[in-house]
Amino acid sequence: MAGQSEMTSPVPVRGSKPGAKRARARRRVDLLIASALPVLILAVWQTVGSIGLVESMFLPTPWQIVKGFRELAVTGELFQHIGISLGRAAVGFSVGGAAAFVMGIWTGFSRRAEDMIDPSVQWLRMIPNLAIGPLIILWFGFSETSKIIIIAVGSFFPIYINTFLGIRSVDNKLYEVSRVLSFNSFQQVRRLVLPSSLPHLLLGVRLSLAISWLSLVVAELIGASSGVGHLILYASQNARTDLVFVGVIVFAVVGKAVDSLVRYLDRKWLKWRDGYRG
Amino acid sequence: MQALHNIELDVQEGEFITVIGPSGCGKSTLLRIVAGLDLEFQGSVTLDGRPIGGPGIDKGFIFQEPRLFPWLTVEKNIAADLSLRSSEVRRKVDELIELVRLTGFEKAYPKELSGGMAQRVSIARALLRNPRVLLLDEPFGALDAFTRAHMQEVLLDIWQRNGTTMIFVTHDIDEAVFLGNRIVILKSRPGEIRAKMNVDLPHPRKKVNSSFQTFRYQVLSEFEKVDELNWGESGAGI
Repeated sequence: MAGQSEMTSPVPVRGSKPGAKRARARRRVDLLIASALPVLILAVWQTVGSIGLVESMFLPTPWQIVKGFRELAVTGELFQHIGISLGRAAVGFSVGGAAAFVMGIWTGFSRRAEDMIDPSVQWLRMIPNLAIGPLIILWFGFSETSKIIIIAVGSFFPIYINTFLGIRSVDNKLYEVSRVLSFNSFQQVRRLVLPSSLPHLLLGVRLSLAISWLSLVVAELIGASSGVGHLILYASQNARTDLVFVGVIVFAVVGKAVDSLVRYLDRKWLKWRDGYRG
Repeated sequence: MQALHNIELDVQEGEFITVIGPSGCGKSTLLRIVAGLDLEFQGSVTLDGRPIGGPGIDKGFIFQEPRLFPWLTVEKNIAADLSLRSSEVRRKVDELIELVRLTGFEKAYPKELSGGMAQRVSIARALLRNPRVLLLDEPFGALDAFTRAHMQEVLLDIWQRNGTTMIFVTHDIDEAVFLGNRIVILKSRPGEIRAKMNVDLPHPRKKVNSSFQTFRYQVLSEFEKVDELNWGESGAGI
């Protein structure tokens, strides 16, 4: 899973309250353990494989995976796959996200639209992506279109729901202020609704990006001749478990990188927020 | 449900009216009607002879809470829909920041402000729009006694400099006497005007002066006449 994990990043403590020193020391220890743990796991993993305890067909050693990575990187094949996958995810996310944004704004602002449309959307939301994959292949074949549709459908719902929620969470008290200050409707949207729903919107984008990245695997595993998903499928069919791992790791790393980017924007744009920060 | 009954009040330009009454006497409702935020009433409310059709910048409103936009800095909150790139707006915003004594906090976000500072921002925001009347709904109610006294002085200072007409709702007798040049006393259920009193004490008023205290007792005795006197949590006793 690409996103959602890291909710507690260390926050620098301002000022020096009593006990702050001890807290800092404890944080240092935590950080040490956090960085030592993966190293330890890798060491055990490598040892188990090197002494022949586990067949490398089942579980290649970290070093074999690194070699596999180099093999694909040198030919440039890996980056081609990544590029194609990223492109698909981006197009699918844009299509699904834009549709979701428009619909979320519509149902958010109009009580009638909500009553008419939202129940159906909530029904559709419960259908797993994987379940409609075969249908979309049936209708659109093994084309780029079907892959993009699968991704677009997946990324639709988080943005739709959070756009809707964001609009509905606008503080009525601030709405009154906007009336007292004689904002027109455009200004109300631009200066009140959009900024106050931005936290929700960014959360929607984050969840959507994660899902579009996951849907990508579904789309590419079902039928593709390129992309990271295809790489994984191809490698497993050819008993190259090390390359399966390379694909899996690429998914994780790229997914995390994209998520970090959104989190960075989140911190930058929402520094005015005054919430509990752990 | 009827909150107010038979209210008649004429406010002259440049007056500082304080409206005082127990909790639930409809004083906030009265203010919201004048602001145009509440349109469900019978009778007529006019500003400069024209009926009030809805809220607008000619009727500045200060709520009990500062109600700042949390995503905007102090100066941008004051400017709100006006652009600080306009030199005219820039100049007036800077003037107001000085007037409400917030110099140095132009770039601060609301979460970094104390309650009193935030309320001063909201006052500046209303003043920037040159309102014909400034309506204040228990604006200092949530502040501690020292901050409140300071805020009262800031507000008086603004009134004396700008001559903005003020209608100030409170449940604090001291505050009403300290600020107003006329006090409107409401009684509750239904909210009716019990008395209007001219405050002829000269500024600067001192709350410990005997003339201030005498006047305060006069206001208080107006309340004593009410049988169903119910101060409760409003905390305006002696």
